[in-house]
Amino acid sequence: MSRISTLFGKLRQNRRKALIPFITAGDPEPGMMVPLMHELVQAGADIIELGVPFSDPMADGPTIQRSSERALKHRVSLQDVLAMVGEFRESDSSTPVVLMGYANPVEAMGYDAFTARAKACGVDGVLIVDYPPEESVEWVECLKRQNIAPIFLLSPTTPQQRVERVASLAEGYVYYVSLKGVTGSLHLDLRDVAEKLDGLRSHISIPIGVGFGIRDGATARAVAELADAVVVGSRIIEEIERSPKAEVLTNVHRLVKSLRIAIDAASPASSAAVKLTHL
Amino acid sequence: MKVYDLPDSHGHFGPYGGIFVAETLISALEDLRIQYERYRSDADFQGEFAHELKHYVGRPTPIYHAKRWSAHLGGAQILLKREDLNHTGAHKINNAMGQALLARRMGKSRVIAETGAGQHGVATATVAARYGMECVIYMGSVDVERQAANVYRMKLLGAEVIPVESGSRTLKDALNEAMRDWVTNVADTFYIIGTVAGPHPYPMMVRDFQAIIGREAIIQMQEDYGRQPDALIACVGGGSNAIGLFYPYLDSSIRMIGVEAAGHGVETDQHAATLTKGRPGVLHGNRTYLIQDENGQIVETHSISAGLDYPGVGPEHAWLKDSGRAEYIGITDEQALEAFHALCHYEGIIPALESSHALAYAAQLASALTPDKLLLVNLSGRGDKDMSTVAHASHITL
Repeated sequence: MSRISTLFGKLRQNRRKALIPFITAGDPEPGMMVPLMHELVQAGADIIELGVPFSDPMADGPTIQRSSERALKHRVSLQDVLAMVGEFRESDSSTPVVLMGYANPVEAMGYDAFTARAKACGVDGVLIVDYPPEESVEWVECLKRQNIAPIFLLSPTTPQQRVERVASLAEGYVYYVSLKGVTGSLHLDLRDVAEKLDGLRSHISIPIGVGFGIRDGATARAVAELADAVVVGSRIIEEIERSPKAEVLTNVHRLVKSLRIAIDAASPASSAAVKLTHL
Repeated sequence: MKVYDLPDSHGHFGPYGGIFVAETLISALEDLRIQYERYRSDADFQGEFAHELKHYVGRPTPIYHAKRWSAHLGGAQILLKREDLNHTGAHKINNAMGQALLARRMGKSRVIAETGAGQHGVATATVAARYGMECVIYMGSVDVERQAANVYRMKLLGAEVIPVESGSRTLKDALNEAMRDWVTNVADTFYIIGTVAGPHPYPMMVRDFQAIIGREAIIQMQEDYGRQPDALIACVGGGSNAIGLFYPYLDSSIRMIGVEAAGHGVETDQHAATLTKGRPGVLHGNRTYLIQDENGQIVETHSISAGLDYPGVGPEHAWLKDSGRAEYIGITDEQALEAFHALCHYEGIIPALESSHALAYAAQLASALTPDKLLLVNLSGRGDKDMSTVAHASHITL
């Protein structure tokens, strides 16, 4: 069984929800990444989403763009990101790591070379933002050959037919983008998320994570009551950005721990319809 | 004869093109595709487009025989398709007009666009004013600085110009930012992409709107010269003016040559010759040739002409190159400037620096051919916008 499904199995037994922090590999600097990954786990992260820096992060807002630019100043490549995961795996063999990024670095390395190296380094899932299911047939086959989970996005505007298509390809979990716009946006309509997730569950059998717009304990808790996993990206990157280097680990730890506590305080009720009354 | 019928229903030109965007944009693109498919064959829409091209843009543009320059070169005859005579001074308005009309039919009240040199931004601001639409133009802050006159033109036309500070702060970053705006405001906003790149249906749609260039040329060549040219020559940045000229000729066997910006030379790292030096990859919603480093990061390009200074190229050009139907070559800054001055001198026409690349190659090719040969060059824009760049290159302060 894969690390991702083992994790969700265990969480389900304990009636807990997953916390998935996102950081960009190489931000604030390459040497800090492995300690930062371990720090995230100690603070309560269940899965780590590791962003592969790209020169043109079209789907990201200013915070993650700047983060990508900082990493690229250190010339962090996809090869370097894989090496970071490999190093992390030397002392953590259970926390799933999911790479998230854009197509071109993968295109440049080649599907087979990438998936083989990713497997060897202990990568559990990959989400390429600009590979929608229509363009992903060969890509998904390559990932599955190496038992790496292809992770896909779903959005409020995804029609049912596409949801079914994603359901047939996706493994690990699906990532529901909770609002229109780019990462780091501010408004999150929880009622809308609750309704959409209800609809998705009739097609999607794997866990559903929700991201975009989760900025504090309150939103994290509210989302945890609806979804199987809570993805937090821009807020953590902001913390990295505003912290002096010597304090990055402590500050990120404090933030992630506060999100963990908020998520664990979420009501364990299972029907989204019931939860709606709290909103 | 095999009939050219690309792209396929998912926007593929062979292995190129497609829809490589985040899920959040998929439904907007699907909506656009469905609406465009509908109006593409709608006589009323096409009639309105033709009417606006004639009465507002000033089409058809003539084909002009550059006799003195041709005689000076002593070879083939150089004919110019005068897209510089369009309203706003370049071919860009053909497409901006087509997309603005589509935006109106789709009930969108706000249009956005990216721009590099500012020509597409000006064209978009122009049609937005013409139809009373809100208009926002994204432009890299580097380009805002070096194209100040066009920024002012856009503002005069009522557009808001937003300088983009991310990445290399040029055209590609403006495109990223426009995409971000679109995904956030998709309900009331139409994104007018300026070239034959981006996710499907943009490369096809922009080509269709620009194909008026080649369709007119086929008729005009027959009327004025009794035959079609021996070669077609056009500059290629994203490639919209080139595809506009080439597309109606694709089923013929006439030579087609796309001219890329070789900057300081393709052997240096200071160029924008994507098809000559790039490798296939994925950027801005489509698979195509890209100028990138060994890790797949997009690298900064260089050309004296801002309109060619782009690290990608339209996917249809990628396909035409691989299939051998069109040839692509590079012309340096210096060669383009020489052609720029030659056209000023011999013909009294100030060409855009983009178009000067096509002119420079036409001059090379003409010299190698006999005077009975006809070369049709797309003079895609006028050079008024390039005065300060050319003066600077000549060490003159205005």
